[in-house]
Amino acid sequence: MKDSISKPIPRVDAPAKISGEAKYIGDIRFKNQLFAKTVRSSRAKAGIVSIVKPELPEGYFIVDKDDIPGINRMRTVVSDQPIFAEEEVNYIGQPILLVVGPEREMIYDIISKIKIKYRDETPIFNLDEAEEKGAVFTEYSYSKGKPEAAFQDGLKIIEDEYHTGLQEHVYLEPQGMAAEYRDNTMFIYGSMQCPFYAEGALKDVLGWGSDRIRVIQSITGGAFGGKEEFPSLTACQVAVASLKTGHPVMMIYDRDEDIICTTKRHPSIVCYKAGLDRKNQVIALAIDIKFDAGAYSGISPVVLQRGMFSATGVYNFPHLSVRGRNFMTNNVPSGAYRGFGAPQTIFSMEMLMHNLAIKLGIDPLDYKIRHLLERGEPTCTGGKIWDEVKLPEIIEKVTAMSDYRRKIQSNGKYKGVGVALFLHGCGFTGNGEQLIKGKIILKKNGGTVILKVSSVEMGQGAETCLRKIVAHTLLLPMEKVTCETIDTGLIPDSGPTVASRTTMIVGGLLRQASLELKDRWNESDNIEVSRVYRHPDYLRWDNDTFHGDAYPTYSWGANVAEVEIDPITCEIDVKKVSAVYDVGTPIDETTLTGQMQGGIVQGIGWATVEVMNPSKGKLKQHNLTDYKIPTSMDIPEIACEFIENPYEFGPFGAKCAGELPFVGAAPAIAAAVSNALSVPIKNIPITPEYLMELDKHED
Amino acid sequence: MKIEFVLNEKKQVIQVDPVSRLLDILREDFELTSVKEGCGEGECGACVVLMDGKAVNSCLIPAGNIEGRHILTLEGFCKTERYKIIEESFLKAGSVQCGFCTPGIVMSTESLLRENPQPNDNEIRDALSGNLCRCTGYNMIFEGIKLAAERGKGLW
Ligand code: FES
Ligand code: FES
Repeated sequence: MKDSISKPIPRVDAPAKISGEAKYIGDIRFKNQLFAKTVRSSRAKAGIVSIVKPELPEGYFIVDKDDIPGINRMRTVVSDQPIFAEEEVNYIGQPILLVVGPEREMIYDIISKIKIKYRDETPIFNLDEAEEKGAVFTEYSYSKGKPEAAFQDGLKIIEDEYHTGLQEHVYLEPQGMAAEYRDNTMFIYGSMQCPFYAEGALKDVLGWGSDRIRVIQSITGGAFGGKEEFPSLTACQVAVASLKTGHPVMMIYDRDEDIICTTKRHPSIVCYKAGLDRKNQVIALAIDIKFDAGAYSGISPVVLQRGMFSATGVYNFPHLSVRGRNFMTNNVPSGAYRGFGAPQTIFSMEMLMHNLAIKLGIDPLDYKIRHLLERGEPTCTGGKIWDEVKLPEIIEKVTAMSDYRRKIQSNGKYKGVGVALFLHGCGFTGNGEQLIKGKIILKKNGGTVILKVSSVEMGQGAETCLRKIVAHTLLLPMEKVTCETIDTGLIPDSGPTVASRTTMIVGGLLRQASLELKDRWNESDNIEVSRVYRHPDYLRWDNDTFHGDAYPTYSWGANVAEVEIDPITCEIDVKKVSAVYDVGTPIDETTLTGQMQGGIVQGIGWATVEVMNPSKGKLKQHNLTDYKIPTSMDIPEIACEFIENPYEFGPFGAKCAGELPFVGAAPAIAAAVSNALSVPIKNIPITPEYLMELDKHED
Repeated sequence: MKIEFVLNEKKQVIQVDPVSRLLDILREDFELTSVKEGCGEGECGACVVLMDGKAVNSCLIPAGNIEGRHILTLEGFCKTERYKIIEESFLKAGSVQCGFCTPGIVMSTESLLRENPQPNDNEIRDALSGNLCRCTGYNMIFEGIKLAAERGKGLW
């Protein structure tokens, strides 16, 4: 495949990162800048009775709710979180005020003298308590077929319950944001995924129009969803501080602070009632999904929606009812994290199928294959699988690569192999893409082309892939195609860098615009072509009933994991992961392989070592000594392959990719552990304590 | 207190509090921002520099300990032939994503190859055990290091 778009090229952002010249926000200094440090709630739920502030030395400031010129709420899906706490606090770590000044030592000294008096109230710490008290933020449901009638029809009923835990992103660069108020305009610089989200939040908080706000992304050291909505909060805080002090204000979190107060992956409980017919086929399924949204609702409603619309994984169940609820607790707010609610429900679904199969004495892979979705069949929300489903080919390849069929027969105790099948809905959920109407601009300037988009480089390779799509279409060398600075004053809003939408949706618009530019190339030296997203006509979605095509198309995958369990310590050693993906056409094989490798390893972390449990609303693990992520010593051999399945509306056939690999790793590992120890795995992270507990029950 | 040391081949004399961290001296006083702070407690390796040729976490080194030592940061190392090999190998192998871990990993690589120019897989894993990377999943960094060892034969 000479000259195929998939042929790897060197990443455009890598040289400056390797040489250390790349400047992240913490590496930048503004003239006369001040530092800001946040004073946070030490209580999970309390009224604020009083705040006694010390006398401030000259040049030092306290910035709080009273300094906000506009609305004291962070704009997101549900704009319920205050920028600075008002009369009450609802989680440990909630921001109350900033201390701002030139010297860090003095700032710490001032903070130590601030006395906050609280009136404690009764908090809610987990899903069970929240359910008991009816503390629900959001409740949705949908159904397909006739689930109630089906359950009445003499089916064998099996009920089951699955749990997943908190997960911290641990992007290696902690959150950082700076504001500089000058020329009647607020300039914001920082590590972020979604500059226009921050702009929207700033408009509310400052009460200004976008003409007086510029949000400029600095090189972003990893994000994974953790820099989706959260930076809107810090952007507003430093903006208000800069407005008050008249100085540029810089706020960089250290790791402890970052872990304590930033969003995390939603902990979940998923309950099933499965109805099996005489051939043991699952005919009817009732799914009840519970997410711990933490103290504020924020972006959680859409996370729940994706979790619900992915809840049946790669299977087709004729009769289905799905209920989803976000619960309010006094834990740190949950938020966007790679996979966005889908990893929780797909883990649970995969393990349900696995555990059912074992119970019935059927090979888990064969049992799963009996339920697979096929092209033309209805999706769980009553839409249609429009495009070809290459799961049979994917399964054949991954089982051959891993020798799965032989190993599942011959593995001895403490050695296990497990398989997971999964999908990911590409782009925004439901009518999200139609609402956002992403826009892009391509500008020819002599022999060069500049592309203007709001999709950011955050490590995933977006800049290289988007430039490559344009360069490849126009037959130009990469150097002739550049990206405009990510500055809301210079670029159109092509939507946030989320939902694995960058390559497929934004790249798709760039591809169309480049084709037009190619046709018109000789018209003049200065040509501007723009495009606004249009949903394919054949897709239908009703956002009130959740009926129709929840996603334009899907990417698919299968993982086989092999593990060994230490018989004494019960520690899990993941030996190998074999992975096959259908992401349409990979835009760059090396970049895509990087996404897959990294996603798998994050998934291994979530499934095994990443333990985070709050005790009374306080995180017991709040640094990298206590909260372990996989290191170079922990990772398995990973074999990763792609199969081609071009998508008509994606650039060169590309579909979504960045979140997909995260989804498959955890269930494959859990299935392998289950195989090794002959126990049903229903919770992650799979800790040694959990395995010992299970072992006791088995004996 | 007054401290004398060699930084990127140049002799320096500075006046500092002996407990201040080498990381801060490098970043704030010398503006050597390739040295990153990912955790500040010796867990992540983003702040790795070479002290007398050995990889150390600069967030854990108090100023008092650098008296008379040779400190090498990426700003100094990037002018060498060996750096060029590492750069091109990392580019080729796709070893870099967000890049925040990369300077530390480049310095750990240099430290490894100085000691052991032809490391095997386990030795590479071991040498990187103090460098966290949340993006790549490590395998493609291992590939980059292997490629560097191969392409740079004779340089280390
Ligand atoms: S900052 Fe030094 S090891 Fe993390
Ligand atoms: S490339 Fe992002 S942490 Fe390593």
